[in-house]
Amino acid sequence: MAGNRAELNRNLAQMLKGGVIMDVTTPEQAKIAQDAGACAVMALERIPADIRAAGGVSRMSDPAMIKGIQEAVSIPVMAKVRIGHIAEARILQAIDIDYIDESEVLSPADDVYHIDKNQFDVPFVCGAKNLGEALRRIAEGAAMIRTKGEPGTGDVIQAVRHMRTMNKQIHELVSLRDDEVYEAAKQLAVPYDLAKYVHDNGRLPVVNFAAGGVATPADAALMMELGAEGVFVGSGIFKSGDPAKRAAAIVKATANWQDADLLAKLSENLGEAMVGINEDEIQTIMAARGE
Amino acid sequence: MVVAVEYISKEESDDAESAVHGVTGILAVQGAFAEHAAVLDKLGAPWKLLRAAEDFDDSIDRVILPGGESTTQGKLLHSTGLFEKIDAHVKAGKPVFGTCAGMILLAKKLDNDPNVYFGALDAVVRRNAYGRQLGSFAVTANFGRPGFPDYIADFPLVFIRGPYVASVGPEATVETEVDGHAVALRQGKILATAFHPELTDDARIHELFLTL
Repeated sequence: MAGNRAELNRNLAQMLKGGVIMDVTTPEQAKIAQDAGACAVMALERIPADIRAAGGVSRMSDPAMIKGIQEAVSIPVMAKVRIGHIAEARILQAIDIDYIDESEVLSPADDVYHIDKNQFDVPFVCGAKNLGEALRRIAEGAAMIRTKGEPGTGDVIQAVRHMRTMNKQIHELVSLRDDEVYEAAKQLAVPYDLAKYVHDNGRLPVVNFAAGGVATPADAALMMELGAEGVFVGSGIFKSGDPAKRAAAIVKATANWQDADLLAKLSENLGEAMVGINEDEIQTIMAARGE
Repeated sequence: MVVAVEYISKEESDDAESAVHGVTGILAVQGAFAEHAAVLDKLGAPWKLLRAAEDFDDSIDRVILPGGESTTQGKLLHSTGLFEKIDAHVKAGKPVFGTCAGMILLAKKLDNDPNVYFGALDAVVRRNAYGRQLGSFAVTANFGRPGFPDYIADFPLVFIRGPYVASVGPEATVETEVDGHAVALRQGKILATAFHPELTDDARIHELFLTL
């Protein structure tokens, strides 16, 4: 039943389904995102492509900047904390954030432990490359999962790999005999009850979005085709030539991803896409942070 | 509870394809539309997702407007051409059920947002009336009044960044109140709830909608 906080927090992710969550760095960008039809925004000081370019330690954004974005839009506002940074998470909860992303995009604060998200009232979304990571984050209290992809690259290959990996592992788990699930839970390094849930239901117990490297309407449609329940777009929008137009096109592509005629129209004359970096050209593998 | 895996790819109920009428069209541009489909399956009622204008065919007798982000849904309603189809349906006095964002889309006026969508429900609705996600909550309340037809006792109400009704016009009837605020309204064949019956195991309000 939906009586408790954990269930209410999973429910909010259900309301975001079929939508696009966009990274924004200013109230103006947040308004552009909302006007384009974003179902939520992620407030951060620098988008992943710039974090990648600038190097150095990347931290939670200034709460004043996040509040500015909360005041600018009526849709949910999310913000990122470093992996394992309990204090940053408390700060975001104190400013009444709608969702916290415990994110590998920022520099990790803890190389062993993630935040015990069950101790918080505010919901968390976490990245995962595979089923084991996804279920460990859910055990810690994540109310929503997204693929890690490789943020700030504009290269969709890792998001695709992570989504396919997760779905393949889910299918494998479903195909097991009941008495084999104990061993599978051990192999995945996850609690048995979560492995059993996936075995019985054929899906994660929370909503699963795609993230990391989505840059075009076709990328968004591809991720929906592969089973994503919605899409995060980080650098892809505000690193492109015409953000408002591209943002609106990605929203429509996510809603009607099966309609190829529409996708063809949406993909026309969008201006310059973000330049992008191929996965074998990058220095920092953000997806490797936090297993 | 997340919906079963088959609803991630299911576009209509098994019996909807051959149906000539009696199908519930579920607006499916963004939000928790699959959850409504799961409830209708439980009740054995045919349904079909409405993703584009051409999905709204003659078999559609009633419409559900699900929860989600009303600004997102509002934009996609117009760009898909579904707005005109559903607007004509509502104006013809046919049954429509809006939950949360759906209530916002149906309202005549919003008191904290200049947008008006279908403008059919005689009420002023306040978006995000309980604040941000930390204000989301669940309670149990009655729908309707004891002794009157369609009374539903002890219904679980789930509010997710929900709206409430700031004021009600003479055409609409309040069915449920929480802390003195109207959260469920009925007006002819329009049913609107600020909460999400589709997120619970309780199908009684959907059952009532199917009789309208």
